[in-house]
Amino acid sequence: MSIKDIHESVLQGSVSVTERVRQALVAIKENKHLNAFTQIYAEEALQQAESLDQKITGKQKVGKLAGIIFAIKDNINIKNHRTTCASKILNNFVAPFDATVIERLKAQDAIFIGKTNMDEFAMGSSSENSFYGPVKNPVDSERVAGGSSGGSAVAVAIGACDAALGSETGGSIRQPASFTGLLGLKPTYGRVSRYGLVAYASSLDQIGPFAKTPEDLAYILQVIAGLDPKDSTSADEPVPDYPALIDKPIKGMKIGLPQEYFAEGLDPEIKQSVLSLADQLKAAGAEVQTVSLPMTKYAIAAYYIIATAEASSNLARYDGVRYGYRAAHAEDLNEMYQNTRSEGFGEEVKRRILLGTYVLSAGYYDAYYKKAMQVRRLIQNEMMDALKEFDALITPTTPTTAFKLGEKIEDPLTMYLMDIYTVTANLAGICALNVPAGQHSNGLPFGLQIMSGAFKEEILFRLARQIMQLK
Amino acid sequence: MEYEAVIGLEVHTQLLTETKIFCGCSTKFGAEPNSQTCPVCLGMPGTLPVLNKKVVEYAVLLGLATHSQIRRNNRFARKNYFYPDLPKGYQISQFEEPICENGYVEIETDNGKKRIGLIRIHMEEDAGKSVHNEDYVGENETLIDLNRCGTPLLEIVSEPDLRSPAEAVAYLSKLRQLVRYLGISDGNMEEGSFRCDANISVRPKGQREFGTRTELKNMNSFSHVQKALEFEIERQINLLKNGQKVEQETLLWDVQKNEARPMRGKEESHDYRYFPEPDLVPVSIDMPWFEAIRSTLPELPDEKSARFKEQYELPDYDIAILTESRDMADYFEQVAEYFKNYKMISNWVLGEVSRVLNETKISIRDFPVSAQRLSELLTAIEKKIISTSAAKKVFDYLLKNDHTVDQAIDKLGLKQISDSSAIETFVEQIIRENPSEVEAYRNGKTKVIGFLVGQVMRVSKGKANPQVVNRLLRKKLEE
Repeated sequence: MSIKDIHESVLQGSVSVTERVRQALVAIKENKHLNAFTQIYAEEALQQAESLDQKITGKQKVGKLAGIIFAIKDNINIKNHRTTCASKILNNFVAPFDATVIERLKAQDAIFIGKTNMDEFAMGSSSENSFYGPVKNPVDSERVAGGSSGGSAVAVAIGACDAALGSETGGSIRQPASFTGLLGLKPTYGRVSRYGLVAYASSLDQIGPFAKTPEDLAYILQVIAGLDPKDSTSADEPVPDYPALIDKPIKGMKIGLPQEYFAEGLDPEIKQSVLSLADQLKAAGAEVQTVSLPMTKYAIAAYYIIATAEASSNLARYDGVRYGYRAAHAEDLNEMYQNTRSEGFGEEVKRRILLGTYVLSAGYYDAYYKKAMQVRRLIQNEMMDALKEFDALITPTTPTTAFKLGEKIEDPLTMYLMDIYTVTANLAGICALNVPAGQHSNGLPFGLQIMSGAFKEEILFRLARQIMQLK
Repeated sequence: MEYEAVIGLEVHTQLLTETKIFCGCSTKFGAEPNSQTCPVCLGMPGTLPVLNKKVVEYAVLLGLATHSQIRRNNRFARKNYFYPDLPKGYQISQFEEPICENGYVEIETDNGKKRIGLIRIHMEEDAGKSVHNEDYVGENETLIDLNRCGTPLLEIVSEPDLRSPAEAVAYLSKLRQLVRYLGISDGNMEEGSFRCDANISVRPKGQREFGTRTELKNMNSFSHVQKALEFEIERQINLLKNGQKVEQETLLWDVQKNEARPMRGKEESHDYRYFPEPDLVPVSIDMPWFEAIRSTLPELPDEKSARFKEQYELPDYDIAILTESRDMADYFEQVAEYFKNYKMISNWVLGEVSRVLNETKISIRDFPVSAQRLSELLTAIEKKIISTSAAKKVFDYLLKNDHTVDQAIDKLGLKQISDSSAIETFVEQIIRENPSEVEAYRNGKTKVIGFLVGQVMRVSKGKANPQVVNRLLRKKLEE
């Protein structure tokens, strides 16, 4: 059932909101071992559900998300609730304000069932780098759920919520969506306000939804998108009626298959499925051609320089002075900083802060950060050119299906390569989504990525819908 | 060997915007610690800065007033360092692309006018305050007040064009006058809204290369700047004379001991890791906006003094004081609208008015005798309704009473007596009472007339018209 259908049946009284929340809480309880949540707001959600049920019975006006249950990644602020970023350093931090996306969801009567587990400060591709332990894949609990928004993906997959919000910096929504068989959207940079999202890499971060259908993504994006005076980087672009546009036929749409995304390292079954789906789109009336994006090979390097540089600065505020964890013992101020940050941050976060500090240092700035920004510009240009020619690009989302817990955690470089197909969209600031593409012979799901130009989310939804119908 | 000093100044001036540079908090000075803060200026997780456009406008105004080139596309940068009063762990500033470059300020020196070049003016946020030395702070304690955090600043960096402490002070005064004229800063050094660091070196006169420089901080008034620079120049010259070298270091001015001492080493060598601020989009100043800002540019000190010279034909000394502040100049000009003896106005403003301002420490804006009332008072003197000495009494009365000049004269009974018959009575009385002076006058010592006029004025309680007194006295004495 789509979110819209759920909302309507709740309005008609065929199902109560309270009953839906109870079912969600049961799903959470049954799947506790997957470690998808950092916080569960059972009582509050039930109270809110009861009050909504009363309103509905009393024929009072309710928002367009009344009856819909959300899980929220634990790096997005909900006022008076903890925002931990799955880090020891923020374990006790209570957010003093709502993120803009939360305000917008609240205004439509969405219910928040809890906060989801993630890689600490969204740094990771497996949701193993968490102070609260790793998130596990619902299909095979020996395997990762992907990351960094792994908890949000699992929450939707197990029925703990109807949809979830995650955040992306280099693929943190699309990759776990691919590993758990869901849809996940990374909106265009500036489409959704970042106010209230704890920053990892400000020029790349973007909040986006996980859901089970493209219609649901469209429905949610409609609510959360749009200019926010509190975020200067949010775009003053009109928000189209995404749900109304999703049925438009794809006939005549021009689709590019970038050859660099089908090269060495890609699982042959995934490759086969993605290409076969492309063929089917062609049969359905789209024009499909291969295209070359040679700058792709520099994307991972540029991404890890820019993202870590920004992170090293964004995470400087966690110093133990005003909030969050403070080391118990320190002789002086510098030792307080050192002990707090050494004890409060996990290994991967420390690795990235060090890397980012290094690339911004005097004498290295030009060789690393500046060069990476130039490469980013070239990648953007190449992407813009390709998206002038094509309405969309289709690629695999990940080179493999979900890997085993612990398999890559000791090998950061291999882990970083899990983002190889996704980081380009973040660097270019365009929109992209993951749509389930099939089931591997190993039993695990995998996804197909669609990328389109800035503020062309509508094209992603239409193609995703077509692909869902083809399968 | 003769040495000369080479000085460049870095000035930070707090802007008089209602709200902070990146959030809506008030910038008022002196509020309860940490009461003017919000999640944004506290650097809470998830917050983002939003630029206060007024800051750009104020920067453009100062750029125009200092003949600077103004950048159309502005970017901010992050300056990264750890300090407890810097909640984000970085300061949002400008780095490679400051809003103003290549300007200058003209100062008066003993050798005439001199242009002091400005390398740059850029926008940034202020940090909070670490409080150690107050009675309410414990021994091993540091308290943090973040009210100031996010207050907008302009940093103004001069070329090393200054050659003496006197030039440095003249430059600072001129810069402060400019920011006050523009109404963008109150320029208060003691309260810290106008702060100055100096880069200073010495070299043998005639040598082109600069010597090794030191940086001097913590000078909280014009006189500290003067003293600190004098101290440091002497110190450096003595080192060189003794064949020693100047170390490149940062020194703090110690007000109590009147000496500059080195700052601890680790606080000096910072790598600030500047990079473009990704949370703010570039600010472009388009022509309509630029023109709108330019149209608010007031008449500046140099233009104003030129006009005062032309329009009011006053001495340079008078003009310098009258145009020191916009408010003072405005007061003068408001009086001048009603009263046309400009030198007389100037004498009063520089005399009585300034005396009261100094004594009471009030600003001319709040001066109890309005410009129009002062013009009425001066008119009364000119029309000989009251004498100058009586006018001073009226003036003192008007400081405390909201009365018209006529009411005050009546109240004080100071109306001048010009009626000959009334004055004649006083004159006769004085002649009677001072036979020896009368004798002396008649013997040719005509100077005693001054004494006799004074006596008449005294018995008339200052009300007699002195010219009539003079005429009648001479007439009687020569009878």
